[in-house]
Amino acid sequence: MPEQLVSSWGNVIHAQHALLRLRSRLDRFPDGTPGQSILPYGNGRSYGDSCLNLGGALLETRALDRFIRFDPQTGVLACEAGILLADILQLVVPTGWFPPVTPGTRFVTVGGAIANDVHGKNHHRAGTFINWVRCLELLRSDGQRLLCSPETNPEWFAATAGGLGLTGVITWAELQLQRIPGPLMEIETIRFANLEEFFALCAESDRDYEYTVAWIDCVSRGKQLGRGLLQRANSMAAPPQLLRSAGAARQLSVPLTPPFSLVNNLTLRLFNTLYYHRQPGKRRRSVQHYESFFYPLDGIRSWNRLYGPQGLYQYQCVVPGQGGRDAIAELLETIAVSGQGSFLAVLKVFGDRRSPGMLSFPREGITLALDFPNRGEQLEHLFRQLDSIIHAAGGRLYPAKDGRMPGTLFRDGYPRWAEFVPFIDPRCSSTFWRRVTEGA
Amino acid sequence: MRKVLVVGATSAIAEATARLLAQRGDTLFLTARRADALAAIAADLQVRGAAKVGTAMLDANDLGSHERVLDEAEGLMGGLDTVLVAHGTLSNQKECERSAVLTAREIGNNGVSVVTLLTIIANRFEQQRAGTIVVISSVAGDRGRQSNYVYGSAKALVTAFLSGLRQRLHKSGVAVITIQPGFVDTPMTAGFRKGFLWAKPQQVALGIVRAIDRPASVVYLPGFWRLIMLIIRSIPEGIFRRLSL
Repeated sequence: MPEQLVSSWGNVIHAQHALLRLRSRLDRFPDGTPGQSILPYGNGRSYGDSCLNLGGALLETRALDRFIRFDPQTGVLACEAGILLADILQLVVPTGWFPPVTPGTRFVTVGGAIANDVHGKNHHRAGTFINWVRCLELLRSDGQRLLCSPETNPEWFAATAGGLGLTGVITWAELQLQRIPGPLMEIETIRFANLEEFFALCAESDRDYEYTVAWIDCVSRGKQLGRGLLQRANSMAAPPQLLRSAGAARQLSVPLTPPFSLVNNLTLRLFNTLYYHRQPGKRRRSVQHYESFFYPLDGIRSWNRLYGPQGLYQYQCVVPGQGGRDAIAELLETIAVSGQGSFLAVLKVFGDRRSPGMLSFPREGITLALDFPNRGEQLEHLFRQLDSIIHAAGGRLYPAKDGRMPGTLFRDGYPRWAEFVPFIDPRCSSTFWRRVTEGA
Repeated sequence: MRKVLVVGATSAIAEATARLLAQRGDTLFLTARRADALAAIAADLQVRGAAKVGTAMLDANDLGSHERVLDEAEGLMGGLDTVLVAHGTLSNQKECERSAVLTAREIGNNGVSVVTLLTIIANRFEQQRAGTIVVISSVAGDRGRQSNYVYGSAKALVTAFLSGLRQRLHKSGVAVITIQPGFVDTPMTAGFRKGFLWAKPQQVALGIVRAIDRPASVVYLPGFWRLIMLIIRSIPEGIFRRLSL
């Protein structure tokens, strides 16, 4: 079996893995080396160690990239699980369809989107990815193929949604797509001066806009704490001449990893201030191609390299209910004091549409996501402070983004984890899972 | 719009090429040994935009079945103007050295079955005075090396055959294209460690479609292999026999 150095998107861990591969949905579950655990692996866009299996094998699924059927009348698409959202977009957008839920990158596989039950800027309307999965096939290491849907094998469906690849390998899925009038987005960007304004703006926007998300200046404190820009958008019907002028964005690339992180105190302060003031007025309307609206970072290939050889951590939490507002203020204050901010602090209010996923991350509340250059112990010290705020608020962290959360925070944040355990395939494991369940 | 027969359609390079052809609306007829894998690929190509996709099970070593499958392809597509021959197996050199039977079988898979099929196609295309024949040979066929000379000699047969066929069919307006891929990261090579010389099937497929459209004669994919093989071919035998390539 070949071995290869594999790292996740955060570039913190680089480790040798034995590689196994599926060629199509018809293949059997590979034997691998007896006694060695196996983790299904999609496109490796998880940030931390949930897509890694140190000391074990990865089961590559990218070659499961066939469409099975697509009905342009109903928007029902069946495809193998290794296909990228980017491939689906290329096929369906010209026919007036769109994935009802998309994360911030289109370079994720369908299997990965299910296994992490990803969400997007329209969570308040559409819920999570699994809410639009009509059915999926789960291949277990004993050769069993389970057809799972909300009606058939619903408990397996619930375990596999957000199940981090631990319940077996997803071979294919059937998705319900959503109609769009065209590939362009009508966007309004509004500057807000503090958190209170953000929440008011959000409550108002969520009624009339399909997509809402805010960027937060995580360097400012005091009266300016939580200032930022809110984007609210709907897809729009556009005349053809507009379509041509608002073409897809140009592709840039970070060709190599700089010797140190380009994200540091100086660039952070500068970026955050400039970004906040990037528009002259309080409100700005614009029309954008869906690619630059949904996937701004996809336009810069390998942007994760900007964080230097030590890599980056992303920290994404959700805190529930009304108390969540105070927790968010406390988190932002703690981050600003630490001086370890981030270019991309993203704030969004999740809606109340529930996911069946036992370990699904999104829930009603407020989510905050930040990238941090890996500064070792200094950063971990900050993380522990943030952890305790989240823990006290009854919140949780997103496994897809995590490479370090303490086991207790995971287990308290995901009370259904013990219910999930019996669904784990006896051959499957991951570095993340061993880490957060150790000693439990 | 082309009417394309793909022999060995489950090979990763063939499938990637077929996708590009499907996306531009070509009609395709696929053959391979496994019916379920064929059906999965056919469905995918249909979704991607192929005008029509037909399939037939074919073991290329069953030399007597070639005529029948060609008839089927022509019948379903209402003609045939392009053939991509992509079937093959990566021989295990060490096992071949121990077994004359296995050696003969590998030469059959990768060499004899190809030239048999080409003989029939060539006559049909010569008669219709049009067509494009694309065959995936290999850089391994450019010079026998101890690490894989059984596979290499089968491919050398194919390469030499194509060279002659190209001359013969030139006057009939039939293009004969030899594709010389280097190391390609496919299921056939899953057991190898991958270094910088390895290409993705999608990359090779783009090169094949470009070669069909031009049409080219001998195409190394990626292109730098032309230089590598030029050097390898020009090493004097006295030195070459001592190398551990």
